[in-house]
Amino acid sequence: MRATRTSLAAGLAALTLLAVSACGGDDGGEAGGGGGGGSAEVEVFTWWAEGSEKEGLDALVEVFDTQNADFEFVNGAVAGGAGSDAKNVLASRLQTNDPPATFQAHAGAELTDYIEAGQIEGLSTMFEEKGWNELFPEGLLERLQQDGEIYSVPSNIHRANVVWANSSVLQEAGLDPKATYASLDEWIAALEKVEAAGKIPLSIATDWTQVHLLETVLLADLGAEAYNGLWDGTTDWAGAEVTAALEDYATLLEMTNTDRQSLDWQDATQLVIDGEAAFNVMGDWAEAAFATAGKTFDTDYVAFPVPGTDGVFDFLADSFTMPVGSPNPEGTEAWLDTVASAEGQEAFNKAKGSIPANIEADTAEFGPYQQTAIESWTNDEIVSSLAHGAAASVSWLTDVTAAVAKFGSNNDVAELQESLVAAAETHAAS
Amino acid sequence: MTTTSTTPVVPVTPPQRRLKRRTTRAWVGPVLLMLPTIVVLAVFVYGLIGANLLTSFQDRHTRGPSEGWAGFENYRLLFADDTFIYSLRNLLFYTVTFLLGTLVLGFLWAWLLERGAKGESLFRAVYLFPMAVSFIASGVVWRWLLNNAEGERSSGLNRLFGDLGLDFLQNPWWTHERWGIIAIAVPAVWQLSGYVMALFLAGFRGIPEELREAARIDGASEWQLYRHVLFPQLSPVALSAIIIIGHMSLKVFDLIMAIAGQTNYTTQVPATQMWIEFTRGDYAKASAIGMVLLLIVAVLIVPYLVATYRQERRR
Repeated sequence: MRATRTSLAAGLAALTLLAVSACGGDDGGEAGGGGGGGSAEVEVFTWWAEGSEKEGLDALVEVFDTQNADFEFVNGAVAGGAGSDAKNVLASRLQTNDPPATFQAHAGAELTDYIEAGQIEGLSTMFEEKGWNELFPEGLLERLQQDGEIYSVPSNIHRANVVWANSSVLQEAGLDPKATYASLDEWIAALEKVEAAGKIPLSIATDWTQVHLLETVLLADLGAEAYNGLWDGTTDWAGAEVTAALEDYATLLEMTNTDRQSLDWQDATQLVIDGEAAFNVMGDWAEAAFATAGKTFDTDYVAFPVPGTDGVFDFLADSFTMPVGSPNPEGTEAWLDTVASAEGQEAFNKAKGSIPANIEADTAEFGPYQQTAIESWTNDEIVSSLAHGAAASVSWLTDVTAAVAKFGSNNDVAELQESLVAAAETHAAS
Repeated sequence: MTTTSTTPVVPVTPPQRRLKRRTTRAWVGPVLLMLPTIVVLAVFVYGLIGANLLTSFQDRHTRGPSEGWAGFENYRLLFADDTFIYSLRNLLFYTVTFLLGTLVLGFLWAWLLERGAKGESLFRAVYLFPMAVSFIASGVVWRWLLNNAEGERSSGLNRLFGDLGLDFLQNPWWTHERWGIIAIAVPAVWQLSGYVMALFLAGFRGIPEELREAARIDGASEWQLYRHVLFPQLSPVALSAIIIIGHMSLKVFDLIMAIAGQTNYTTQVPATQMWIEFTRGDYAKASAIGMVLLLIVAVLIVPYLVATYRQERRR
């Protein structure tokens, strides 16, 4: 009897503790979430909650604080799901007319849903007045526009069509690390040599990284112009060229690690860093992983554009918006000012490992890989990335991802093409 | 004398009042106690089911506001969608495996403990412990255990099979197009078998010893004892277990998210598909999937509730 009483008391005590701590958590949430209250507060909504992304945001906030003494930055970051959790939270806030002062979104087509729902303001006038049209390259401004209007301020640029390779694995397989490959076919021949040497030729991870690979293969086989045509309807998804590209993709996928579905991009890149795989196709945020592992660019590892895409820069950018009904429009404007400024872009991109979108930013202190990316950014033709929201709307990308995921389990090229055609028909019109 | 005329009234009225007061009290108390629950249920369960039903009949496939009514069009499109049919099929495979696995293992363990295995309390704890872990937490571990790499790079269970010289057992686990979903049921069975065991064990313990003695005196063999005396007594427990495990199985979401992630094709079930549609802003399709799931669960639960209700009334 006494024992039951004691355990009952212990249980009650534990529950009380839980209740108390739960209340505490609630209070914390209120303080953080009610960013719209005071006019001096600027709530910036992102999914940059850890790693180099968090460091970049912190650096940007530092610049914001020195440029704007009268505004107070409020961090509205929502972690998890590579941004998908944040997007769900944001969607419900926008629907209930409780927008943050500004939110992060991939620049380009990913903004379509917000624009159609009338949730973000056009910024073309602001770009005009503040002279931002001269700060950003013309090719980028073109890709940012939807029906002639710009809706967001880009903070950084990443390149998606990059191959990362481990020099020593290449040498073991009898390949020259400095070699360049003019086409996918040449590269596939090299991959076969790696396979013969008993290493993983090409490492890859879960579904979105497969979409990422597919996009670079399409770009390589179709060329920049036809690739752009996929998104505006001038290139036929059902065409023979697309079929050929999909077959190349199938060949490449056969030479990847079998456990791809269990991995995320970091794991796939790690396979190259650890010397288990020769090549990995990933955006240039992979650079940070090599740097963290203490590898030296051009000696331990090499990076080059995906074969067949030399001279093309497959870009994606993060950007910030002006929501309709911002609780603090002046604060939003101040934040966008900082994001667009050369100082802001220098601080942010140096920490995040990307390159500034602003051409006036001083990039002398950036790393050796970033220098090559900056050079390509100014000289190359710019196209929009599919896997990262620049080329197609979220809904279109969801359908493409589903088709690619299915292909991963049944390797049916014809079915993949059918699904891609269907996705394009549904979404290209709207 | 005048007071005498009123006397017959006096003894009558107070009890009436008392009775009234008692009935009002008896009525107000429980209702006040239940009111918060009723209001919360009405708003957050039935109200939201209603709202979901309305959304599923609308033309609302973007994050923007609804563009009018669509009737049953959303449902028609849903059942014309191969992926949805595939995910329904997956759900069926998963539920059957999960149910059979937990019932068979749970019963077996309960039976062994009931037979007086040594160290009963230890085993009871060991079998029951996995239930204390959340599906997300165990999913993270099982993601590694069920890694599908074979040969040199294998890890988890495939590595174990390789090291034991049982290479033929190595398999692609949840990445297999047809049977992959059954691999997801493995951790679920591991986690809930102990719970079913506890249910059965309670069932066994609830059967009075006299019944067994009586059966034995009547000359029943051990099998006859189980078949005609114990099993009938356990059938309500088995039914509860089926209902509990069955509805958990239909809701499966967290385990798949933790092991395979939301976009993986081979482990699509209606719940993960609903999440994908919701995330991309196709609210109409997401809520249509939700309604179908609700119906499937209702088919399982409602007959059980009706039967329980009738039983209770008979008492």
